[in-house]
Amino acid sequence: MYPSRFRYEAPRTLDEALALLAEHGDEAKILAGGQSLVPMMKLRFAAPGVLVDINNVAGLGFHEETPGGGLRVGALCRHVDLEHSTVLPGAQPTMAAAAPLVADPIVRTRGTLVGSLCHADPQGDWASVMLALGGSVVAASRRGRRTIPVGEFVVGTFQNALEHDEIAVEAVVPAAQGVRSGSYLKLERRVGDFATAGVAVALESVSGEIVRAGIALTGVGPATIAATEAAQALVGSTLDPDVVDRAAELAAAVARPRTDHRGTADYKRHVVATFVRRILTAERAPAGAAA
Amino acid sequence: MTATEPVVETDVPTRRISVTVNGERRVADVEPRLLLAHLLRQGLALTGTHVGCDTTNCGACTVLYDGTPVKSCTMLAVQADGHEVTTVEGLGTPSELDPVQEGFATEHGLQCGFCTPGMMLAARALLDRNPDPSEDEIRWGLSGNLCRCTGYQNIVKAVRWAAEKEAK
Repeated sequence: MYPSRFRYEAPRTLDEALALLAEHGDEAKILAGGQSLVPMMKLRFAAPGVLVDINNVAGLGFHEETPGGGLRVGALCRHVDLEHSTVLPGAQPTMAAAAPLVADPIVRTRGTLVGSLCHADPQGDWASVMLALGGSVVAASRRGRRTIPVGEFVVGTFQNALEHDEIAVEAVVPAAQGVRSGSYLKLERRVGDFATAGVAVALESVSGEIVRAGIALTGVGPATIAATEAAQALVGSTLDPDVVDRAAELAAAVARPRTDHRGTADYKRHVVATFVRRILTAERAPAGAAA
Repeated sequence: MTATEPVVETDVPTRRISVTVNGERRVADVEPRLLLAHLLRQGLALTGTHVGCDTTNCGACTVLYDGTPVKSCTMLAVQADGHEVTTVEGLGTPSELDPVQEGFATEHGLQCGFCTPGMMLAARALLDRNPDPSEDEIRWGLSGNLCRCTGYQNIVKAVRWAAEKEAK
């Protein structure tokens, strides 16, 4: 399978890339990892007239901590960089849990976190993780830069909030209000398959009490779903079993799964509740009694 | 034009690229939409790189790109400009096989052989990163490569065989 014909540009600087987007508008498409875009072009679901390959743009492959437990992830930071990161373990438990579960090991060498957010596939892992963390996307254009919360960035199935002349140059996790904990769980039939269901939980606590919580769901609706009420139910708690059960119920209630070859809607909703309960129970275990 | 002549479109813009393939510098004029897998197979006649699913799932087309395993059906040939690519033809030579190749032969890590080049390159990259992988690490490490014959048992053994040989 071949993509349709396109004009290929490989700018060496971000300014050049932005100029190309300003010139070509919605005819142009950014190529970063290409692990979703190239397959879509081969299937002719996407047929950009101009492909702007940013892989030669220096300075986008980073990920680094920011003061107060935040994180910046550049547009060319690959999944594998996050999987083998020395920065994430401990500091970003939800991201550390998700990184080895994205796609498969070979795809992870090319695909990027920021690209995954842009692709806005409801089955995408990073959108859930970043939504749970309260993260944002920084969009650059010749007109300047703006920061878009992930909840507003992912506007629908395969739809993001970028204007035609904008490049998503980095993703940002804000500083923590407390000690971070949390995880990401995904059910898939085999490695590399689309998620049957996935759950991201990001918690921040002070002296064992939850001061901020985010829960987001993968693959159980037309877009990534923020389980806001479920997360809110955790705030102020110490993750007692009745609170955990309540959050699991609330998260399952906002899931909008469809029955398909990966399972029935009821089953997927059940998986969501189970994953929420499993993550929260594990978080409580170290701080709770030995029982 | 006679019926036997290939239809070649002459007005299609191409791009000159220079790629180091298996240690040798190769220059080619390619259409931007040419996939790396097809440059290797058709342009350079290196047919050891197999195209299986053509949809980024199976990993049969895995090659090393600057030492990192990639699915060559999911990269453009133009993206290899200025880079190094290793295919199965460059993994070892018939007289001096890579330990991974020896392991696959010794432990019978293949039946039909279609997934084998990609599997071996992924295994090579795995061992370069982790010279002493557990069975679990091998299974996860090769989980981007599908084999429809062996059930993976002998592939895992083959990679362990190579790890043990290299440890000696």
